[in-house]
Amino acid sequence: MFQKKNLLWLVALAVFLAFPLVVTNPTYTTIGVFTLLFMACTSSWNMFSGYSGYIALGSGAFYGVGAYTMALCSLHWHMAAGAAMFWLVPLGGLLAVLVAIPVGWVVLRVRRHTFVVITIAVFFVAQLSAINAGFTGGTAGLSLPFITWGASYYNVPFYYVALAIVIFITALSASVRRSRFGLQLLAIRDDEDRALGLGVKVAAVKLTGFSMSAFVIGMCGALYAMFIGQIYPQFVFDPLFDISIALMAFLGGLGTLVGPLLGALVLESLQQYLTVSFSNGSLYLILFGSLFLIVILFMPQGVVVALRDRWTKKDERERDAVASNETTLMASGTK
Amino acid sequence: MTILLKATGISRAFGGVQALDGCSMEVKKGSITGLIGPNGSGKTTLFNVITGYVKPDSGSVTLEGVDVTNERPDKVFALGIGRTFQLTRIFGRISVLENMLVATQREESWLRGLTRSMSSKSEVSAAMEWLDFVGIARLANLQAGALSFGQRKLLELAYVLVANPDVVLLDEPAGGVNLTLVNQISDKIRTLNKSGKTFLIVEHNMEFVMSLCDEVTVMHQGKDLVSGTPNEVRANPLVLDAYLGGADDDDDMESELEHG
Amino acid sequence: MNGTALIQALLDGVLTGSVYALMATGLTLIFGVMDIINVAQGILVILGAYLSYALTVHLGIDPFVGLLITIPTLFVVGIVIERAFIGRLKGPEKTAMSILVTYAVSLLIEGALNMIFSVNDVQISAWYVDRSFRVFGIYIAYIYLFGFILAAVLLTALYFMLYRTRFGASVRASLADQTAAALVGIDVRRVSTICFGIGVAVTAAGGMVYGATNSFNASTSYDLISRLLIIIVLGGMGSLGGALVAAIAMITIEDIVAVAWSPVWSTLSFFLVLVIVLSVRPQGLFGKQSARVA
Repeated sequence: MFQKKNLLWLVALAVFLAFPLVVTNPTYTTIGVFTLLFMACTSSWNMFSGYSGYIALGSGAFYGVGAYTMALCSLHWHMAAGAAMFWLVPLGGLLAVLVAIPVGWVVLRVRRHTFVVITIAVFFVAQLSAINAGFTGGTAGLSLPFITWGASYYNVPFYYVALAIVIFITALSASVRRSRFGLQLLAIRDDEDRALGLGVKVAAVKLTGFSMSAFVIGMCGALYAMFIGQIYPQFVFDPLFDISIALMAFLGGLGTLVGPLLGALVLESLQQYLTVSFSNGSLYLILFGSLFLIVILFMPQGVVVALRDRWTKKDERERDAVASNETTLMASGTK
Repeated sequence: MTILLKATGISRAFGGVQALDGCSMEVKKGSITGLIGPNGSGKTTLFNVITGYVKPDSGSVTLEGVDVTNERPDKVFALGIGRTFQLTRIFGRISVLENMLVATQREESWLRGLTRSMSSKSEVSAAMEWLDFVGIARLANLQAGALSFGQRKLLELAYVLVANPDVVLLDEPAGGVNLTLVNQISDKIRTLNKSGKTFLIVEHNMEFVMSLCDEVTVMHQGKDLVSGTPNEVRANPLVLDAYLGGADDDDDMESELEHG
Repeated sequence: MNGTALIQALLDGVLTGSVYALMATGLTLIFGVMDIINVAQGILVILGAYLSYALTVHLGIDPFVGLLITIPTLFVVGIVIERAFIGRLKGPEKTAMSILVTYAVSLLIEGALNMIFSVNDVQISAWYVDRSFRVFGIYIAYIYLFGFILAAVLLTALYFMLYRTRFGASVRASLADQTAAALVGIDVRRVSTICFGIGVAVTAAGGMVYGATNSFNASTSYDLISRLLIIIVLGGMGSLGGALVAAIAMITIEDIVAVAWSPVWSTLSFFLVLVIVLSVRPQGLFGKQSARVA
């Protein structure tokens, strides 16, 4: 089983690496870039919200911070339009972290339910600030230095940078899951106060997870800004962003490693394809909302977990038998 | 015997309810001390104050002379006070073994947690030893949520012990469990106590308390009423009154006793 | 800073705040009784607004009179949503799930509204909209005053229902402790469904006033829901009195900041107040302290 899983990952990686070389149509590679961005964001979101149970619905704020960092820095530092701007991507992530730390310090003190609500508020404050603050250019938006790489080739570097981010966050998520830190996040999810009573530094752990998540989302936002070339606060801070990510994570399987990736892959490519085919935004909302409801109500654990459970159904029956039969405890004897 | 844990004059009110009213008690090192009293006498609140989940309005708690009042629960645990809960609290969605591992890093800094893997070999073997001690080693890889109530009680006991606390506070360890398991738990506590572990146990099961504990403190309406050996306490009329809700005024009772 | 302008802002704040209080009360009631966060409340307000608008434009019915139609309609809408979607939610993640479910429902409604009414801004009009009268140098817009009276009447009716009727007693019991309420024989399911309906029905009233005082379209709901959520968190989730106090306080502060400083940053003040209060009292002004121990 161990080797089979690794083999699957390698195959998937190979497919992703080869994609832009095989499919050269810019329409499709654009879909590829957006899909990868969402895969990274969903995975990053899951690393905190999925593991800790603190459903954050304001991560769009960090996406926006990253985007504006990219835009403002490239403009104010008079950067030459081109590959040099890629260096601003991690900077976007870093700035998102700088915002996340004080914000997180305040919002993570509240109960889980309140937390969800607060993060929504944070998001709207961020959007409002972007619209109203002078240096962000307001609703007129900002134009980044214009990159002239030629229409057919343009998408490719972005694709690979996005892929690099996806690989980064996947590796990070995996290592977190295996670490003591990851265990603490999971413990917090199940019973935060009990975890506190067992020595887990709950506040520090939550803040760290929150900030780490913000870092990657910020990077994605920065890359997005560079890719699009022109940003407006109402699109960069998109209320649908957070709910899309949450849906993708739920669809794939909250708290799993491959779930968010899978969910984002399926939904984002679907969404992009629909946007290109249907120009009717309202119909899209209805479809999206309906899909969401179906997933939440009938497959709340997500596809990955549902499939996995089906796989191990035999084991589960065994376990139930063990758990209900207390007398076997006596039989096992005591020392 | 030296005094390990001492609570002095603890008071705490919740709104209009005075849950603790100048409560004082001590736990001698190496003893099994029982804490009994009718429902609402403040036992669990006292536990909560000692372990840092609730701040007292006044009073202090010391562990081997060190003041631990008002410390956060994680700090209290790091200092050596472990505790179980009445309604078992385990981490349902991770495995039994992983539950144990959460507790093994009592004194570690959070930063370290980021960089190291979930467990070292020594931690795992220590965890397995404890699971074996309570008898659920077989279930180590089972998701904790699948455990029965009795098994959860054992798991909670195990993971509190794995961090090797100086004193273990047990909140109704025998509650809601069948007789055989109660005796098992009682045996385990005795075994651990023989090797030097100190226990403070809240219980309603009189037989359990009387047969196991060296000393018993009775609480009533937020105050400590009587302290002594199980036999002394059992014979004390004030205790019976407290449980049956007899005389409201202790002075009246006392004077009645004196004048016959 | 003009003294009169300040008093004007204060008055406006209280008057409009009362309408927000109405909408927020519904939201906090739903949470208190069912542990459900109804993120669709914003779009339902807009739905109420559109219904009032349609009644005015197509049937010439006065918005206040139209409430006789819109309030029961939204009550039914609420019941339907609860039965179809919310009622299915169970388990430890119920509240988190309810956020996602109601968000999805709001997307559905938003899409439908866009298709039916288009994305152009509209506003409800009547003779009392845009008209005000003067008292001691202060202008009072008729619509604000009427809205305030409406809110006062409805809130009083709500409190009356809660404190004087048997059903109300069941609701308060469920608010305090669902398990205990069920044990005493209260049909918690029925109470929940009806509460959801009530919570949504009050939005019809709020929607009408909101629609008369602001131009709106379906996407206005985002601004609305974020305000309502902040209000109930500030007041303490599940606390009816808290929602009332928080709504009036927040809107008043916002209006005063707009006058004293700048309208642009007044919305920011909304959030800042929240942050300050939560730092000191994480459970909100009147919220219950979260149960941290067994």
